[in-house]
Amino acid sequence: MSWFLFIVLSILTLGGGLGVVVTRNVVHAALFLLVSLVAVAGLYLILFAEFLALVQVLIYGGAIIIVLLFAIMLTRSAEYPRISDNRQWPLAAVAAAAVGVVLGAAFLDNSLPQTEPNSPTFGDLANSLFTTWAIPFEVASLVLLVALIGAIIIARTGEDNR
Amino acid sequence: MVVSLPLMSVTVLQVLWMVVALLLMFTGLSVVVLSLVWLERKALGRLQLRLGPTRTGPMGLMQPIADAVKLILKEDIIPNSSDRAIFWAAPVIVVLSAFMIWVTIPASEGLVLRNLELGLLYITAFAVMGILGLVLAGWGSANKYGVLGGLRSAAQLISYEIPVIMVVVAAGMLAGSLDLRVIVASQDQIPYALILPLGMVVFFIAGLAEVGRTPFDIYHAESEVVGGPFVEYSGAHWSVFFLAEYINTFAIAALVALLFLGGWSWPWDTVALAWLPSLPAWPWLGPLLSVVWFLFKVYAVILVVFWIRGTFPRLRIDQLMAFAWKAMVPLSFYSIVITAVYLYYDWPGWTLTLMSLAGLGIVGYIVYRRMTAPARRVAEVKARQAAQLAERRASSQAG
Repeated sequence: MSWFLFIVLSILTLGGGLGVVVTRNVVHAALFLLVSLVAVAGLYLILFAEFLALVQVLIYGGAIIIVLLFAIMLTRSAEYPRISDNRQWPLAAVAAAAVGVVLGAAFLDNSLPQTEPNSPTFGDLANSLFTTWAIPFEVASLVLLVALIGAIIIARTGEDNR
Repeated sequence: MVVSLPLMSVTVLQVLWMVVALLLMFTGLSVVVLSLVWLERKALGRLQLRLGPTRTGPMGLMQPIADAVKLILKEDIIPNSSDRAIFWAAPVIVVLSAFMIWVTIPASEGLVLRNLELGLLYITAFAVMGILGLVLAGWGSANKYGVLGGLRSAAQLISYEIPVIMVVVAAGMLAGSLDLRVIVASQDQIPYALILPLGMVVFFIAGLAEVGRTPFDIYHAESEVVGGPFVEYSGAHWSVFFLAEYINTFAIAALVALLFLGGWSWPWDTVALAWLPSLPAWPWLGPLLSVVWFLFKVYAVILVVFWIRGTFPRLRIDQLMAFAWKAMVPLSFYSIVITAVYLYYDWPGWTLTLMSLAGLGIVGYIVYRRMTAPARRVAEVKARQAAQLAERRASSQAG
């Protein structure tokens, strides 16, 4: 049963990913991305990572896709929803190939530690996140803050030039 | 025969039982929606010095059934230029997320489909998915008002999602768990409404905005965007959106009751436990009474929602967003901070009450000042128009 679920979810994940690249409509691409991301949440669930699965649905399935759709609908792309490629595709192909090689190498490497899936309690998770891994956690939020401020600055400079 | 699912291994009988329980949940929620439709019509009618529905059945009790039949029999129009797949998928996403939430909302100690340790996180996660359906509905119907309404719903609902989640975190901190049953059990002496009134107010207001009830219904405001994302929907499709809206309203009311009003526990258990053991003949009486008590609280909150709908005018979109980001979000962060301070120093409960009332009072006063201040923008625009008029007159006289 677990294998069956794994295969179904993998097909959904990969199919969704393929749909994002293949479809010619930007909004449809966002929807395919949603399918893919929610299927990944299902994969987390198979690995007993309940918290991660729910956070995946909350942040990727909900917030990020909504912001994506928001951006698509607010920008002019709504008038030309059928852009499928541009001049950056060789670069994207190289990047995708590199990621594929790294992941494939990791998959074939048997020396990596293998553990049984276990589900830590919510309290354990909170403890390790805010004590042992407090500094990486804060650094991650700092990076997000920098990105936010950068976005605001870019938007504001456009306003000044007018 | 045993089926192993992630996180559990179950027998076929249990799977069958799950299916039956899901069907029961759908039926129960549909009945609840019918009752809400009737209650809203009646309550609004009374608030507007009308009687509400009277002709269909005793006290108009058959009115929701008549409404449902009318909606289902209506012609289902799908616009030609719409994006078929999205047009069909949007109502499904909306209604699925509305039902999914109810899997883990308990009506009493035992009456819950599947209690999750991370119940509150699950609820917030799937509540966000509903917004997606609204945005897609607006987009898929290929209508300007639909897209505008969809964008409005996205902006409004993401903004109000933050205070909802933050206040839920504060309630979870007080209970030390995100499990709704544990949260209710920890309120058997004092409900969190008395300890953290700020939390309840913020959750209730932001929850109203989340489900798009008046005064936060700008994304489907008839006078501005003629129905928003639902513009092109008709008949059964349209009714699905409203089914979801009523279920979500009921869910918000249930969460207010569970998180802040003590759910089925307070104050019934403390009173009832004193004399119920003396009635061993009816072991089912205790659970039944707790469900009734819980429903009583939920419907009381629902009546407040209808009361607000009957008395408040609709907000403007900029007021709405400003209120979310300048009042609701800071208040929700403040509630987390005071809860953390209270828990860390182990102060008595009334200090937290005092701190949250102080926060509410200050922000309320600022909002009141802003609302009653003379309209600066209106004065500016009027002055500019007068200046333009004077200039035009001067130039025409010169010419």
